Amino acid sequence: MSVATRSVSRRKAPNWLPYLLISPTLIIVLVFTAWPTVQAIYMSFFRQYLNIAKFRTPTFIGLRNYKELFTSPDFLQVLKNTTIYVLGTVPASIVLAFLFALLVNRAVKGIGLARLGFFYPTILPMVSAATIWMFFFTPDYGLFNTFLETFGYHGPENWLGNPHLALLAVMIVAVWKNAGYLMIFYLAGLQNLPEDVFEAASLDGASWWTQLWKIAFPLLRRTTLFVSTIAIIDAFQVVDHIFVMTQGGPSGASTVLLYYLWQVRFEDLNVGLASALTVVLIIIMLSITVTNFVLSEREGA
Amino acid sequence: MISAKLRKRLTAVFLNLLTAVLALGWASIIIWAIVVSFRPSSEPLGRGDVWFGHTLTFANYLKAWSLAPFGIYYRNTIIIVGMILIAQLITITLAGFAFAHQEFWGKKGIFFFILLQLMIPAAALLVPNFTTIRKLGLFDTTLAVALPYFGSAFGTFLMRQAFLEVPRDLVDAGIMDGCSWWQLLWHIYLPPSVPTLVAFALSSITWHWNEFLWPLVVTLSNRSRPLTIGLVRFTQLGEIGARWPLLAAATITVIAPLFLLFLVFQRQFIRSFLHSGLK
Repeated sequence: MSVATRSVSRRKAPNWLPYLLISPTLIIVLVFTAWPTVQAIYMSFFRQYLNIAKFRTPTFIGLRNYKELFTSPDFLQVLKNTTIYVLGTVPASIVLAFLFALLVNRAVKGIGLARLGFFYPTILPMVSAATIWMFFFTPDYGLFNTFLETFGYHGPENWLGNPHLALLAVMIVAVWKNAGYLMIFYLAGLQNLPEDVFEAASLDGASWWTQLWKIAFPLLRRTTLFVSTIAIIDAFQVVDHIFVMTQGGPSGASTVLLYYLWQVRFEDLNVGLASALTVVLIIIMLSITVTNFVLSEREGA
Repeated sequence: MISAKLRKRLTAVFLNLLTAVLALGWASIIIWAIVVSFRPSSEPLGRGDVWFGHTLTFANYLKAWSLAPFGIYYRNTIIIVGMILIAQLITITLAGFAFAHQEFWGKKGIFFFILLQLMIPAAALLVPNFTTIRKLGLFDTTLAVALPYFGSAFGTFLMRQAFLEVPRDLVDAGIMDGCSWWQLLWHIYLPPSVPTLVAFALSSITWHWNEFLWPLVVTLSNRSRPLTIGLVRFTQLGEIGARWPLLAAATITVIAPLFLLFLVFQRQFIRSFLHSGLK
């Protein structure tokens, strides 16, 4: 700042105005993004349990929180669940989003209604969507089982209480919620494609399927890169429905990273470990956004 | 040739059918909730009987509102969403203006620093931010839920882009006429940027109306709890159990205003979300 004042004041009075204009935004980023990041790194080197009197004051323990984290079976289970959750929901949402976009990008009567049907989950609160999905997953008369039975499914009915199905159930809800949101980016991408590409292709007798995979999808590569980034970041962040549907259970089967962080901090009251988890989450988030940045720069060049 | 034509026709029919089935499947969630929220509670759901009852009733809504203070939750949500929106519209306009129109030392560095907010999502910083809120003495207030969002890197970025597209001639003419900075902002930069502001506003409203995890952490009583937290508490009330019509009514209560707004301004919402992804 002092440099600014000096160089400007040589000509006229120092111009504080821009700093004044950006100060509210800057203060919020400082207090609620930069400071907590530093704070989390710092606190991750301390032991602090709020529920045990003698550990209530923080004690420096070096890297022991990280050591505890990466040797705890709970955390390894959480990492595994999170990986399944992300690697399952992201491609599924993207494929559906692309399919939906193709389907609603046709001039057919009533197509607006279909678009509405795919997109509306975006604006619903995840907790209310999850409340309704609870019914769909209800054993016996729940609509999800009824639906599956028409395809000859007669497996376990209590999805949310089944350790092999609970994670899949919360993944299904996440895909349902996200596909329509991602659809609009493909829709915008499709509408920006030059029409003569398709015309030339149909004159050549290319089938709809070929037009789709050989022409449209490659042309929308940038959209796909961009959509993947949003989808991955969302997958790490959206855990609201887990609070409603499974509470991470049964026995941790549907616990993912952010939900686990909440549990460690607000149920176990283990501040040190929660801070180490926060650092892990920050590193994951940063590497995703930075990777995306590098990739899209290279694409743009 | 005929067969090619026929094949084209059949493909179209198949695609229409596929679209209809998928869209109906996707929409079945909200359709079921609306239908069942009007079903008399004296008719429990059963196998193959999960839609309409014999009559339609409004009783579930009245019952839900008598079991939980949804009015208070509404008030809190509106206060939170309103505070955030007003604060954001002001801060992003001012910051966007500074970054688009003014030259100052450290401009680039500060801009990148602000973009940090986009790279580390607030959800990840839940734990240290909770500590900050406690230290500020804001725990269990609506302000605690809203405060971290008073500045938006994304909104600042959007407004800067919008302002940069305002023709330079127009700005220069304003300067020649002796406009002060706020006259420039108000009369020259803002009018063509209103669509951007609206787009940002719609996604901000939606995002904060729906938010769950942060308010869960910083609220404790009904004086600050928003609708999303209220709904989850409601579903966990012992007396509710699996009374689906009641749960459906409570759910519809929570989503109705935003959903209606969305139905009316569908196009604007979609454009807004299209923008909001461009971070």
